[in-house]
Parts: sequence; structure tokens; C-alpha cells
Amino acid sequence: MTVDLILFLILALVAVATAAGMLFSRNAVYSALFLVLNFASIAVFYLLLGAPFIAMAQITVYAGAIMVLFLFVIMLLGAEQLAPIKVLPWQRPLAIGLAAVLVAETAYLLILRAKPAADIIPPAETVNTLGELQRLGMALFNQYLLPFEVTSILLLVAMVGAIVLTKREKGERE
Amino acid sequence: MVPEIYYLVLSAILFTMGALGVLARRNALIIFMSVELMLNAANLAFVSFANTYQQLNGQIIVFFVIAVAAAEVAVGLALIVAIFKSKHSIDVDQMSSLKG
Repeated sequence: MTVDLILFLILALVAVATAAGMLFSRNAVYSALFLVLNFASIAVFYLLLGAPFIAMAQITVYAGAIMVLFLFVIMLLGAEQLAPIKVLPWQRPLAIGLAAVLVAETAYLLILRAKPAADIIPPAETVNTLGELQRLGMALFNQYLLPFEVTSILLLVAMVGAIVLTKREKGERE
Repeated sequence: MVPEIYYLVLSAILFTMGALGVLARRNALIIFMSVELMLNAANLAFVSFANTYQQLNGQIIVFFVIAVAAAEVAVGLALIVAIFKSKHSIDVDQMSSLKG
């Protein structure tokens, strides 16, 4: 058992446990904090997979910006603990049944259909240069320049949309 | 080196848990967080494939997914705030009427 594998197993345990904590905690603030921990563990996976830039983006954008926004909204709405108003009796069994179907599908794809992709032979590189920031930047600004620019427009539209949605209309009753 | 299939299994487990959260919970914020969990599971699979085949494309897709997720969260949380203003609840069962 190598060090990599031990590290993977510990982190996988953390990731799954925090995901379960996010799902089952009654308090929405706890859910958000569990999810921050989950994102941090996934960032360490990215480091293990040789993607330091994605790991840092994960920490700053997901664990930083997005989850802070979530916590801000949870506390703004005072929605930490919402009492269940009316429980649909069939919802939980149906949800668990559908999730079981999804588990069966993924297990089928991963185990039964998994065959070694012999047609795509990874280049035999001795030094893993995949995560080097220079290569990523060159690809991003040459090959993927148009999607990059479209992303900036998307972020602008999202910003304007968020402002429009939360803006109070003129003459709106409170 | 951890085999690729381990990462894929972990990704599948996290994705399924996210799907379970979307289906089973009624708090709109928790549902939204579960969607983020599913996005992360897909990202993990992308980075794993990028590592296996030594292709940069997987990492670039993940970069775009993170950017789109940021935009999605901004709009989605604004929607939740707007719904809370009119309904005084973020329980998705309450969002059953089509008018106001």
C-alpha cells in the first residue's frame, strides 16, 4: 500500500463523510460548512492528480467565493432551521429508490462496461508537466480563447441578472 | 499512483449523494448545495481523465465549469432571495403556484 493510496483513502473517507453530513444535517449553516470541507478535500485530490491551478481555483472560487455567498444568503434569510411544513410521505422513499437506480447505473457503467482504453495511449512522460501553469495559460488563451471570452460575458450577464432579480421595483409594496 | 478507477468510483459516489440530496431535501438552499456537489463530482472525473491521458483539455473544462458554477450560484441565490421575499419560505413545496 503506497502513501498515495493511503492518502487517497483517508481523503475519500473525508469527502464522503462531509457529503453525508451536508445531506443529513438539519441546520443549513452546518450543511454549508460541511460542503466547504468537502470542496477542500476535493482540492487536495486535484493536487494529487497534478492539477495545482485547478486546486487553487477550487479553493478560492468554490470554498471561498461561492460558499461565502451561500452562508451570506442563509444568514440573510434566517433560514438556518426551517421546520418541515408538510412532509410528502412518498418523497423520501421515492428519492432513495431513484438514487439506488443511479447507483446501479453507475456501477454497471464502471464495472461491467469498463475496459482499458487501449486506443488512447498516454504519452510516456517521465516528468508530469500537465499541471504547469504556463501550458494551461497557453492553451486557455490560444485554443480556448473564444470560450474564455464567452465566459466573461456570462459572468457579466449573471452579475446584471442577480442585481435585477434582487432590486426592488419602483413603487413596489413592501 | 492511485488507479483511475478509484477516482471514478469516488466521483460516482459523490454524484449519487448529490442527486439524493436534490431528490430528498425540500430546503431550496440544500438542493442548490447538492447541485454544487454534483458539479464537483463531475469535475473530479474530468481531472482524473486529464491525468490518465495526460491531456490538458480536462483541466480546461473544469476551469470553465467552475466559472459557470460561480455565475449560476449568483443568479440562483438571487432567485432564492426573490422567492423568499414573496413567499417568506424557501421550502420547494411552497413554490407550487404559478402566479405571484
